[in-house]
Amino acid sequence: MDFDFIQRFAPMYVKAAGLTLRIGAIGILLSLAVGVLCCLARYFRVPVLRQIAAAYIELARNTPLLVQLFFLYFGLPKVGVKLSAEACAITGLTFLGGAYMAEALRSGLEAVDKAQAESGMCLGLTTLQNLRFVILPQALATAIPAIGANAIFLIKETSVFSAVALADLMYVAKDLIGMYYKTDEALLMLTVAYLALLLPLSIAFSLLERRLRYAGFGNSVQGQ
Amino acid sequence: MNDKPILEVRHLRKHFDGTGVLEDVSFAMREGEVIVVVGPSGCGKSTLLRCINGLERPDGGEILLDGARIDGAADLVKVRRQVGMVFQSYDLFPHMDVMGNLTLGPVQALKQPRAQVEAEAEKALARVGLADRAHALPRQLSGGQKQRVALVRAMLMHPRLLLLDEITAALDPEMVREVLNVVLDLARDGMTMLIVTHEMRFAEAVADRVIFLEGGSVLEDAPPARFFHAPETDRARQFLASFEFDAVRQPPKD
Ligand SMILES: Nc1ncnc2c1ncn2[C@@H]1O[C@H](COP(=O)(O)OP(=O)(O)O)[C@@H](O)[C@H]1O
Ligand SMILES: [Mg+2]
Repeated sequence: MDFDFIQRFAPMYVKAAGLTLRIGAIGILLSLAVGVLCCLARYFRVPVLRQIAAAYIELARNTPLLVQLFFLYFGLPKVGVKLSAEACAITGLTFLGGAYMAEALRSGLEAVDKAQAESGMCLGLTTLQNLRFVILPQALATAIPAIGANAIFLIKETSVFSAVALADLMYVAKDLIGMYYKTDEALLMLTVAYLALLLPLSIAFSLLERRLRYAGFGNSVQGQ
Repeated sequence: MNDKPILEVRHLRKHFDGTGVLEDVSFAMREGEVIVVVGPSGCGKSTLLRCINGLERPDGGEILLDGARIDGAADLVKVRRQVGMVFQSYDLFPHMDVMGNLTLGPVQALKQPRAQVEAEAEKALARVGLADRAHALPRQLSGGQKQRVALVRAMLMHPRLLLLDEITAALDPEMVREVLNVVLDLARDGMTMLIVTHEMRFAEAVADRVIFLEGGSVLEDAPPARFFHAPETDRARQFLASFEFDAVRQPPKD
């Protein structure tokens, strides 16, 4: 093990991890927004939008991210749309993640008892107030484990972006291996970097999940 | 007591997938009146209540609240701000504490100042014996406590009319009393209530009128003394007999 090597190139990893984290975080937030919109279109049975959402979800979930990225990189410029590498990565991640988040949220919404919505209505809440104060908080609580899994999945998927020349973690590792043949060190640092990103996230979601379950959200603890 | 009806139901009809549940239901209710609706399971009692606050859309007839039609395309949100409802399953919001449950409607729907609503909620909780549970979560309450909170939650909206759908049906027997006492209190205060219940003794005590619903229409509409002790129809007699146990008492064997 070449510790000088590790020391020398660790800053590159930190920088790349920053990029992975930034793209991942933006992608996750946008995915959630897209997911909420799709989910609401389906929940309220908005004509047209609802069909578009359903088609999009199927498309996004049933094509590999790499294919989606190639489309973004090589397909879109052909029709005159040119995105920066980072914008491409975020767009691709959001396209993929939005569909997964929509599904996670839908399962959360479906788990909310119909009587809950009716109770809100009986209090004279408008549809939006009912959604905001009664339905969504419970749906989100139920969906948190799936949302967490999606978030981690999306951060890992950023590695695919190295395929399109973005200096993220995977790209740096591949680069170093190519230049110096220090495979062990480069991969070790890659693993550590991903762990450093994902482990805290994973732990945070587990804690959140446990707290929500303890609070008796959703349908699990209701009743007695 | 005002003579103008607060609620009028005229020839109400409601079908589900082609099968008639309510065929022709008509009755009127004055302010301050307590009407108990009884009838065999599945006769459409819940459906009737749900039509009155727009949770179900009637297929025919009309419903008037304070003289204004509330069926069809009326503003149901406005209607529901005037008509409170409590269900059999205690449907408190599990992610909010008791105070959160109580203040949501008045603060969000009625735009009342939170401090004022909270003060009122505290008084109301004390009245139903739950002064110390304001910050408990629903899952920390017993069924009877939950239903008392649900009643307070509905009352804090100051409804013109309160609909109660078998609110003690899911409770253990020892908790039924504490919930019914609250309803009796409301009746004494002059609250207009339309109550579905299987507690016949309670019905007799609280009702000004009893409506017997069967086969999709109102078979009897009478004061409790007459309905319970001298019903006019055979159907009502049979229904009432189903609550008696004398007929099946066996002579002791030795
Ligand atoms: N949403 C619904 N869809 C189809 N059938 C329903 C629906 N709600 C109630 N029903 C039917 O209507 C009938 C009356 O139901 P309900 O009003 O709940 O009766 P009750 O409250 O008197 O027991 C029942 O046969 C029930 O199965
Ligand atoms: Mg019922």
